[in-house]
Amino acid sequence: MVGYAWIVPALPLAAYILHVFVGRRLKERAAYFGVVAMGLASVLGVTILVQAAGGASAHVSVPWLQIGRYSVPMGFTVDPLSAVTMAMVTVVSWMIEIYSLGYMHNDPDFNRFFANVNLFVAGMLTAVIADNFLLFFMAWEIMGLCSYLLICHWYRDSSNARAATKAFLVTRIGDVGLLAGIWWIFSITHSFQFSQLAPALHAAALAPAALTAIALLVFLGPVGKSAQIPLQIWLPDAMAGPTPISALIHAATMVAVGVYLVARTYPIFQLAPGALVWIGYIGAITAFMAASIACVQTDIKKVLAYSTISQLGYMMLGMGVAGSMVAGMFHLISHAFFKGLLFLAAGSIIHAVETQEMHRMGGLFRKMKATSITFIIGALALAGIPPFSGYFSKDPILSAAAASPYPLMFWLGVLGAFLTAYYMTRACLLTFFGKPRDQHVYEHAHESPAVMTVPLWVLAVPAALLGLFAAGAFRSFLAPGYVPPSGGPAASALTLALPLLGVLVGALIYGGGRTAFRVAAIRALRPLYVFLKQKWYFDQLGLALMYIALGVAWIVAAFDRYVVDGIVNGLGALAGLLGRATRTLADGSAQAYMLTLLLAVAVGLIALQLIGG
Amino acid sequence: MLSVAVFLPLFGALVLLFVPEAQRRAVRAIALVFLSLSALAVLLIAIGFHAGQGLQFVEDVPWMPALHVNYFLAVDGLSLVMLGLTALLGLIAAIAAHGITERTKLFFILFLLLQTALLGIFCAEDLILFMFFFDVMLIPMYFMIGIWGSGRREYSAVKFLIYTIIGSVVMLIGILALYFHTGQQTFSIPELARLVASRRLPVVWEDWIFLAIVAGFLIKLGIVPLHTWLPDAYVDAPIPASLILAGVMSKVGAYGLLRVSQYLLPSAAQHFAALLAVLGVITIVYGALAATAQHDFKKLVAFSSVSHMGFVLLGIAAGTQLAITGAIFEMVSHGLVVGMLFLLVGVIYERTHTRELSRFGGMYASLGSGGGILGFAAMANLGLPALSGFIGEFFVLAGAFTVFRTEVFWAILGIVLIAGYNLWMLQKILMGPEREEWKGLPAINGRELVTLVPLMALCVLLGLFPNSIIHVLHLPVQQLVAHLGGQ
Repeated sequence: MVGYAWIVPALPLAAYILHVFVGRRLKERAAYFGVVAMGLASVLGVTILVQAAGGASAHVSVPWLQIGRYSVPMGFTVDPLSAVTMAMVTVVSWMIEIYSLGYMHNDPDFNRFFANVNLFVAGMLTAVIADNFLLFFMAWEIMGLCSYLLICHWYRDSSNARAATKAFLVTRIGDVGLLAGIWWIFSITHSFQFSQLAPALHAAALAPAALTAIALLVFLGPVGKSAQIPLQIWLPDAMAGPTPISALIHAATMVAVGVYLVARTYPIFQLAPGALVWIGYIGAITAFMAASIACVQTDIKKVLAYSTISQLGYMMLGMGVAGSMVAGMFHLISHAFFKGLLFLAAGSIIHAVETQEMHRMGGLFRKMKATSITFIIGALALAGIPPFSGYFSKDPILSAAAASPYPLMFWLGVLGAFLTAYYMTRACLLTFFGKPRDQHVYEHAHESPAVMTVPLWVLAVPAALLGLFAAGAFRSFLAPGYVPPSGGPAASALTLALPLLGVLVGALIYGGGRTAFRVAAIRALRPLYVFLKQKWYFDQLGLALMYIALGVAWIVAAFDRYVVDGIVNGLGALAGLLGRATRTLADGSAQAYMLTLLLAVAVGLIALQLIGG
Repeated sequence: MLSVAVFLPLFGALVLLFVPEAQRRAVRAIALVFLSLSALAVLLIAIGFHAGQGLQFVEDVPWMPALHVNYFLAVDGLSLVMLGLTALLGLIAAIAAHGITERTKLFFILFLLLQTALLGIFCAEDLILFMFFFDVMLIPMYFMIGIWGSGRREYSAVKFLIYTIIGSVVMLIGILALYFHTGQQTFSIPELARLVASRRLPVVWEDWIFLAIVAGFLIKLGIVPLHTWLPDAYVDAPIPASLILAGVMSKVGAYGLLRVSQYLLPSAAQHFAALLAVLGVITIVYGALAATAQHDFKKLVAFSSVSHMGFVLLGIAAGTQLAITGAIFEMVSHGLVVGMLFLLVGVIYERTHTRELSRFGGMYASLGSGGGILGFAAMANLGLPALSGFIGEFFVLAGAFTVFRTEVFWAILGIVLIAGYNLWMLQKILMGPEREEWKGLPAINGRELVTLVPLMALCVLLGLFPNSIIHVLHLPVQQLVAHLGGQ
């Protein structure tokens, strides 16, 4: 089956086309296109993974474009990296589409939602199996488009529209860096084929600085897409989209594709060790920063959004320090399951209580057992508590950081892990336990229908068990012969202990009605609290830059109107004054201008005859 | 066959002379029939075209033998692509001219005359014949802006005329100088090109001749700082004329660069390549910034158009096979995209009688599928992959990267800005709370869809299968690059 991997993205694409042309007529039944297509794609994806694990691989490429001596083929690759990711994407997307049947029920734009979701999944799967930069970039941008369209799914709300524009624009900044990297590499290697780039770059014997510059330009793309510092500002706003979208695009798949790109082009980064250090630092800082902001969020989706940024930071940290892409990739896969699960469970809560504010929740465990239990499984995985999957995927990253010559990366990472456990404990306690803080909301609450809870249970299985059973197999599959660096027993102990400590601290603070203590703590730590509430002031920085750009645009437009045009009109007025004697020039008739033209030609001819003759 | 394609519209104009003004339907129908027949002829030429050969469908007869001027028409891949674009947009603009209800007959006579001139330019292989079509093109457009335009239409029409006439005078002087300096007594472009290839064209004064010719083309292309006629003309022209101005006529400038100045004066072209590249980048960034600050939907599209022509100039200046191919692709793609955008400006204006962006909002639902089409057009305009605009810009910059690296990095800034104004435009028009005054607007209708859907389809088709036109460009671009001594 590996040779037919192109069918996997073709299935959701077909569903998209059906949605566009006949979806509106079929009303909500149209969604079965996608659900059936993704079901088939999941079966195919998992089959391909099994075959790839058995040693099968495929690379199919067809001619696409020929410009002069450059030929640009298009094709796909099935190797361990793409097989694993494709299987994850198909299964997670399938579950999310099923869940959306319930979540989006009765939405007036139900059809548009499912059309865009299917186009997105097609783009994501294409990016995963693409064998070259060009196809990858095209799929990458299609994903960006769908992300944009789904963030402003409820476009009548201006804040959703702003969030969508912001997401597109901020990621665009990263994208153009990636483009420049692609062009630079192409100018050296004359190729877009992933498999040929690193050897050709190596053969070109570039200066290390040039290689670092190239690698960092390519990395700018993932900085935008995977919401790394300083381009992380779009992701929290993107929560304006429907919650299944937050789960699918803004947690499990699209935001992770930046990490996937680093994994795909890892040989290029290995040529530029300087760039890997940058990646490690950016990842570590992002992981810590986002975790710290998550601690003060009161909107349950925002908590999860910041935790996504933070976890993406861990993946990048893994890319930077582990000496192989396998550590970051394993965290990507396990994160996709547990974060997808967390968002869907949060969606189930939001669906039930119609608010995202955790301060209006409380005590929901009694009313929503399935949602609560699965959410807590996801939270334990995210917090890195063994034996849940997050522990097994985060531990190798942190031990590699400990083994690296950059202790700061380890400390940022391990402190971030502490904060992660703390804020997830906080979120669980505020949402599910204690006394209901809003009686009206509480009475309104009810468990979601099976179409939504079954996907939760399905995702809960890998979220709980993937690490325990698959960590070793994953490593030997993706990077045979790779020996992960060990950070020593102290680092391992810290990696294990700090999350537990985080849970403990969270439980102490949020466990039993210690409201007075919390208020006092906030008052005592006011500057820190404000700093975190203001998200480290990155949004203000972004806004300032945008206003500068708009200001420049305004100046240019005014310059154009009054200076450039002014000069022209001034000259015209001058000519009018001069031409008053002859009248014909200024009366605007076409004949006059044609006459001028003929005269000028005649003069020119005579002049040239004289000179040239 | 070529003459048939070129002169069918003119013949139609002659037929229209005998149709009474009151028969508006008949006037439109006759114009459409002749435009369709001409487009059909172009299609037949495309079918009979062999990508592996040079000039085809040659018609070369003496015209003014005393002056060595020939009536010389022929097509190569570049001509063919431009003829196709012209024929298509001509038809679409004529359909969109539905709203022209005053002096309809005169409008269509001028329109058909314009179409003949444009088709002629793209297959004239004699410099004087080229100039002839080039100047004929100006007159109908001048009247179309002046009579059927809006806003300060007379000012804009005169400005358009003065600018382009200055351009064409300077250019004519340059062409005559070229003629006298070669001493070969020929205006034939292929003949002159052969001399260039064997390095037998004199270089005395070449730089000056080059500058004179290029100035005319840069004005036509709307390159900053020679662009100020453009926003006025684009905005005040009636929609069908805007469509032809931006979609086809601006490409005449780029076509002229490729066919005349770079092709026949390659050493001067190399001399000034860096200057042209810088002008191209300034145009990209300046146009994008100016577009960002516009309040008028149509003016935004006009400045956006300026900005995109900067990519074309940058690609031509870079002179590599990739960059020039990308530039030609961008010309075609921009023709499609700007066509869609101007049509949509018309669609919205017809319903709301305003172009003020700040007065719109929440119109996604009220426009029917029009909202989705506007979204499509904006995405095509910002260069979304899988649509045609991406391919053009991607290969222009990929090809220019080796030659003008700094300029490419500046152009990248332009790409971000282009995304910015397109997204803000969508946000302002389609999203947000629905305004009371725009509730219950009529959805986009069948006639409007007939004009828009072919452009959308081509935009997707070219984005996914760019080789469909790039394969005919191989030979002409290769010849040009060989002249320029590049890769």
